Amino acid sequence: MIETFDLAFQHPGGPSLRFPDVSVPQGGTLLLRGASGSGKSTWLALAAGLLRPTRGEMIVAGQPLHPLGARALDAWRAGAIGLLPQKLYLSEALSVAGNLELAFFAAGVPVDHSAVSRALQALGVADLAHRKPAQLSGGQAQRVALARAVLRSPKVILADEPTASLDDAACAAALALLGASASACGATLVIATHDRRVSESLPEAIGLHFSDQNGSIPAPECHHAL
Amino acid sequence: MNIVTLSWRYLWSRPLASALNLLLMTLGLTSITFVLLASHQLERAFERDLAGIDVVVGAKGSPLQLILAGVFHIDVPPGNIPLADVKALAQHPQVAQLIPLSLGDSMRGFRIVGTTADYLAHYQAKLADGALWTAPMQAVVGAQVAAATGLKVGHRFTGTHGLDGGGDGHEQTPYTVSGVLAPCACVLDRLILTATESVWKVHEDMHSGDAPLDREEQEALEAEREVTIALIRYKTPLAAVTFPRYVNSSTGMQAAAPAVEITRLLGMVGVGTRVLQGFGVVLLLTAALGVFIALWSAVRERRADLAMLRMLGAPPAKVGALLLCEALWLALLASALGLLGAHGLTAVAGWLLQGEKSLVVDGWQWVPIEAWVPAWAVAVAGLAALLPALAAYRVDVAQLLNSR
Repeated sequence: MIETFDLAFQHPGGPSLRFPDVSVPQGGTLLLRGASGSGKSTWLALAAGLLRPTRGEMIVAGQPLHPLGARALDAWRAGAIGLLPQKLYLSEALSVAGNLELAFFAAGVPVDHSAVSRALQALGVADLAHRKPAQLSGGQAQRVALARAVLRSPKVILADEPTASLDDAACAAALALLGASASACGATLVIATHDRRVSESLPEAIGLHFSDQNGSIPAPECHHAL
Repeated sequence: MNIVTLSWRYLWSRPLASALNLLLMTLGLTSITFVLLASHQLERAFERDLAGIDVVVGAKGSPLQLILAGVFHIDVPPGNIPLADVKALAQHPQVAQLIPLSLGDSMRGFRIVGTTADYLAHYQAKLADGALWTAPMQAVVGAQVAAATGLKVGHRFTGTHGLDGGGDGHEQTPYTVSGVLAPCACVLDRLILTATESVWKVHEDMHSGDAPLDREEQEALEAEREVTIALIRYKTPLAAVTFPRYVNSSTGMQAAAPAVEITRLLGMVGVGTRVLQGFGVVLLLTAALGVFIALWSAVRERRADLAMLRMLGAPPAKVGALLLCEALWLALLASALGLLGAHGLTAVAGWLLQGEKSLVVDGWQWVPIEAWVPAWAVAVAGLAALLPALAAYRVDVAQLLNSR
């Protein structure tokens, strides 16, 4: 479940962003739509607890974020959020399996090797476990990053432009994979995208439209009507 | 996977840079440790050989030369002193013990020292084989001499005139080895010891040639008998004030206090060790700078990795600690390699010095001050890593997330 009330964020020296209220049930899908730089990534960072809103409140995965201290927020993020950034941030110093193990290290819990192989298996990249990220194709790397995001069964998966620079077939496959992964762990899926194909292929998703970066209030759209 | 293994993986994900930094730091630590070890052992060697010798009496000349020749046997003596004068000195009320040394001959570069059994007792030397001399022309050889020349009990050898081994031989008067000393890590290791009478006999025989001496000539030679150096222990420490002055002013001999001369010598050598130590510090600072640059660029290169860790829920302290841990790995590796290198160097130095028949330096002896070496390394690496670790601590995840 994700709910926001009167959410606003001011980048230091940057534009002030105001976000419309939104409510997504647990297991639902939320699309953040709008051009690059319209505040989609900022919304994701707020939802992940990486940024603090300058105003308003946010409840993510049933947890109100504003009362949490910095340490508690980190610990909460480790357990509740699966993040799939646009740049996948796979570490070249580690193998594919090592990159997944990093999630356990970051959370400060013992490495669950069977969970690592299960996650890689589920995304069809189990045979790549010992490769370095540089040896992967773009699609494979994205699957590995997705495996890392869902490794600890998060309640919310935040995906930033997962279909950018993918062709139509790959785009559909990536979205299907995201949807399947999210529903496999019952997670709420949030996708930030400027790609029309995403909203077209996810008609039942709740949409949140970001118009521009000047702080005007964007109106929520309903894609059920499309 | 924990912070220790992960930082190890990150360290060696850039093998060339890490190896170069390790090398730099190792060189710095090696040179500092080597200087520490060498000066420590040098001082120890001096202390060991000097122990219990309050004053050295010999012919007039340089007091330092007298000490180097008479106590450490690494310089030529300034000359000889009449036996009669030495005997008179032994009767002096302030003198507790007087050990005479007669130098002049050598065997393959090892000095033959005519002395009394007191000299061996003074260094608490133990015989590994055989017995002390009981008659002139018997000799006891030091451990290093025995090892280098292969002399064993019962072997015969002849001395050559002069201390550098280049003089004429004394073939007519060969020595017989009566005993071999156990290693004492003191000056005795590289000496051949015999009765004072042996040295006189060798030279009186040489002067007389083949013809037997008549009684008059024999007495004349005996009256001219000399020793080279007398090692003296005082009855009371107060003698240090008056005794050297007495010897220097009212006899034809010279008295030199080893403690004073060695302090002077170490003061001169000290400049060299300080220069070397300074050099080591410069190397270590260079290494610190290297570690800093390496970690700083690692933070820049790995900003994404560090940000990912934060995205995965790692608290900032953990991300900073990861960087710090990498520096500590470098410090510990460099300490281990540096200590090993320094001891190896000292062992090589000891081997070279052994070849020159001078001081005994043991490469594998550990000194307490070495315990500080890892501490210095950790401090230097930690300091160098502080800023990069802080940068890692403060890595702006949201901004990286926004970047395309």
